Amino acid sequence: MTSYAIVDTGGSRSFPAPHPFLDGADPEGKVTVYLGAGAVGAYRSDPSKAAILVELGTECLGEATGEGAGLEGSNALGFARFRLGDGDPSDLVELVRQPATDPTSVEIAKAILEAAGLQVSVCGDFAGRILDRLIRPYYNEALTRLDEGLATAADMDLTVKLGLGYPEGPIELLERTGLHHHHDVTRTLFETYGTRHYAPARRAVVAKRRAEREQEQ
Amino acid sequence: MSEIRTVGVCGAGTMGSGIAIVAARAGCGVVLYDTHEESLERARRQTEGFFAKSVERGKLTRDQADAALAASRSTSFLADLAECDMVVEAVFENLEVKRSLFGQLNEICPERTIFASNTSTLSITEIASGCGREDRVVGMHFCLPAQLMKLVEMSPGLNTSDDTFKAAWAFCEAMGQRPVKTQDTPGFVLNYFLVPFNNDVIRLIEAGVAGPADVDRAIKAGLGYKMGPCELLDLIGLDTQVLLCEAFYGVTDDPRCAAPPLLKRMVAAGHLGRKSGRGFFSYDRDAMFGG
Repeated sequence: MTSYAIVDTGGSRSFPAPHPFLDGADPEGKVTVYLGAGAVGAYRSDPSKAAILVELGTECLGEATGEGAGLEGSNALGFARFRLGDGDPSDLVELVRQPATDPTSVEIAKAILEAAGLQVSVCGDFAGRILDRLIRPYYNEALTRLDEGLATAADMDLTVKLGLGYPEGPIELLERTGLHHHHDVTRTLFETYGTRHYAPARRAVVAKRRAEREQEQ
Repeated sequence: MSEIRTVGVCGAGTMGSGIAIVAARAGCGVVLYDTHEESLERARRQTEGFFAKSVERGKLTRDQADAALAASRSTSFLADLAECDMVVEAVFENLEVKRSLFGQLNEICPERTIFASNTSTLSITEIASGCGREDRVVGMHFCLPAQLMKLVEMSPGLNTSDDTFKAAWAFCEAMGQRPVKTQDTPGFVLNYFLVPFNNDVIRLIEAGVAGPADVDRAIKAGLGYKMGPCELLDLIGLDTQVLLCEAFYGVTDDPRCAAPPLLKRMVAAGHLGRKSGRGFFSYDRDAMFGG
C-alpha cells in the first residue's frame, strides 16, 4: 500500500475520533491527505504526489482544483466519510473523481481507504455526491408528508423498516441526528440544483431557526 | 378476535397467491379466483411448494400445512366467492378493472362481506365508487412477497365506515400481519417514497454520477440498508417500475415519478432485471423466495 501523510486543518467530519486511517499516516508519505473543515482551502497542487485526497463537506472538488471545459482532472480526489448530522461516521467513503482524474490515483486512494477498513464508492464531482443527492429528497418528502398527516411518524418509520428493511425510519433518524443539519445540507443542494425536492422541508427550517436562536442566547 | 373466517382472493398472480397463503396459514378458508386456469394451476403448485418448504424449515407442522392446503381451493367462477366474509382483490392495477370487479362482487356477495383492495397506487375511494357498498371497501396493501412480509398498509376511503376499517384491521392482526394506517393517497407510504427514490437512482446513474455497484455499495454501507436500490429494481423488474411510474405520474404530476429515459431504454433492450437475466446487474440464475 502506498504511504500517506496527513495535513490536518482541524474539525474533520470524516475522522472526529481515533481511527486506523489516522494511525496509518506517515509524514513522508507519497500521498497527501488534506483533512478537516479547511481542506478545500488548504489544497495545493503537487504533481509529484501519487495522489492527493481532499476532505469535502458540501463542496465540490472543483472548488479546490478549479475546473475547465469538463476536461479537469489530475492526481487530486475528493473524499468524505458519509455521516448524517450528529450521527457517527459510517464506514462508507465517497471518493470523488473528476472527468480526467488519473485512474492510478483513484486506485491508490481506494487501496489506502480500504486498508483502514472503509468501504469506497467512486463518484463524479457533483454536489451531494451519491447519498445526499439521493436521500435528501426522500427525507424532505417524509417531513412534508408528516405535516400533511399521511401517517403518524411512528407508522411511517415502521412502514419503511418492515416494508423495505431499512434499519431506521426517516423521522426518527432525522430527529436523532439533528434536523437542523438536514436543513444545512438541503439548502446547499437547493442552491446548486434549484429543484424544489432539495428545498428544506418546513420542519427542517423550524429546527434550524431554533438552533440559531439557541446559539445566539 | 376477527369474525372473518372465509376469504376470497381475486387474482392468482404473485401477490394474490401470497395473500392466499397468508390467509390459509392463519386458519381461514380461502377461495382463490382467477379467470385463467393456468394461473390457478401455477398458484396451486407454488402454494404446495411453499408449505412443503415451511414444514422442512420447521415453521409449520405437517398437520398445519395439510390443514392450510385443505382449506384452500381455487376457482375461475366469480360466483364461488358468494360465501366469503372478505374478498381481497389483487388483480391488474387498473381502476376500471378493479371497479368492475367490485361491482360484480356486490351482486354476488352477502351484505356482510368486506371488499379489500391490494392496490399500491390507486385511490381506494375511487375503486369503491359506484360499487354499491362504498362503506365496506378498504385498502389493504400487502408487501411483496406477501407470504413473508408482515407489513400491510391499510387505508380507509372517504366513505369507508369505522366498523369496516376496524374489522379489516382486526382480521389483518389475526392473520399475524402488522397493519399500519395511512391516508388514501397515491402510493400510501411505501411506494410514495420508493418509486421516486428509485427513479432518482436511475437518473443519477444516467447522469454519470456513479455506477450501479457504487450506488448500491454506498446505500448499504452508508445507510445500513439490506439491499441496494439497483438490486431491488432488478428484483422488482424494470418493466414493473415503468408501470409504477406511469400510474404515479398520472396521479401526482411529480417529475420525480416520471419514468427516466434510461429506464425506458433498458426495458426496450429487454434488460428487465432478474426475470430476464440482466438489468443493472447480470444474473445466471433466477432465485425465488419461499418457505
